Amino acid sequence: MLEAAAEMTACIPRLRRYARALVGNPAAADDLVQDTVERGWSRIAEWQREREMRAWLFGIMHNLHVDALRARRLQTTALDDDMPEPSHASNPAAGLEVRDMQAALDVLPLEQREILLLVGLEGMSYDQVAGALGMPLGTVMSRLSRGREKLRTLMEGRAAPVLPLQVVK
Amino acid sequence: MNALPVTEADLHAYVDGLLPLARQAEIEAWLAARPEEAARVNAYRSQNLALRQLFDPVLDEAVPPAIRPPVRRPWWIGSAGRYAAAVLIALLGGVAGWTVRGAAPQAGAASGQAQFAAAGTANGLARQAAIAHAVYSPEVRHPVEVGAEQEAHLVAWLSKRLGKPVRPPHLGKLGYDLIGGRLLPGEQGPVAQFMYQDGAGKRLTLYLSTEQASAADTGFRFVQEGKVGVFYWIDGDFGYALSASAGKGELAAVATAVHAQLE
Repeated sequence: MLEAAAEMTACIPRLRRYARALVGNPAAADDLVQDTVERGWSRIAEWQREREMRAWLFGIMHNLHVDALRARRLQTTALDDDMPEPSHASNPAAGLEVRDMQAALDVLPLEQREILLLVGLEGMSYDQVAGALGMPLGTVMSRLSRGREKLRTLMEGRAAPVLPLQVVK
Repeated sequence: MNALPVTEADLHAYVDGLLPLARQAEIEAWLAARPEEAARVNAYRSQNLALRQLFDPVLDEAVPPAIRPPVRRPWWIGSAGRYAAAVLIALLGGVAGWTVRGAAPQAGAASGQAQFAAAGTANGLARQAAIAHAVYSPEVRHPVEVGAEQEAHLVAWLSKRLGKPVRPPHLGKLGYDLIGGRLLPGEQGPVAQFMYQDGAGKRLTLYLSTEQASAADTGFRFVQEGKVGVFYWIDGDFGYALSASAGKGELAAVATAVHAQLE
């Protein structure tokens, strides 16, 4: 039990790094980490030793985050990979001139952002990501590809297709 | 060259350094002839770098203390805890009463309460020990975190966490065998609890805290509420509190043995 606790504790800095990138706001990110650790601990019996604890915890964090967004109704329709992405450019600055990585990340759809971060920041293999998020490898690859390309477009200031004006709120 | 065709997945694996060296060389050769693709791959690499630069500093930040596996699940969470909380509220009333009676006989109830609430005092020690005894001594399945069979580990662990050498006294001559111990949250940091049991299953807990280090040494003090008695004293770096469902005479004998062994 203490070993599991020590192993979980050792994962916390990386969970925090990932959550910070995923959520942006440091306090909200730490809340997510805390919820993840608590949920993980309450289900520690489900964790099999042969499974890497880190990937298992990232999976828990993914589920908690998705649930929280759903609960807050920020996401009212499930985004299909083949659906055109809705505009996230309700922030006028996000349109053409996003050069800042953090701002660019916020603009990425969550489903692409999390995979891009697990691979690029966390250094997970594609198989590990597929396992942690419980999705097919093909989905991981297509979202990674789309996310990276979108991020590149944003970082280079060539914004995605010009969108019609939107009414903010 | 009869290399395999280069797929989008290959390019990403190349970006992420996930390819075997031979395949990596093939991709490099492929990219050399395709500047647009090479630029894309470079951009993806810079993304990884930028992410690390931006977020790696989080790894070096101190982790907020609230984020940790709740090994010692706060006792007030959960349904059993709610029951314990009810017991505790009853108990707190009792302890406040003792304080008013014992330590501050000439003070009014209000100042007695204030004194009882203060951390790091002998009274605070007795209160915390009584709570810990009430919460953990009825535990059937998890009375301790580390059992007596791992006494060396228990001693090393608690000493490390309390920052001072800690060891459980042996009370076998008085009929109490060590079951084990646990770490608990005190007012300002970790405290330790050792638990003993006699042949009839009666339990006794010894609570050790370093939070009274600045307080003056005291002689033995005793408080009793219902069946639970607490003997407590401050000696050097530690505050000690011995709790059991026992009368003053019996507890005094144990307290004397504990004190003698800790000298």
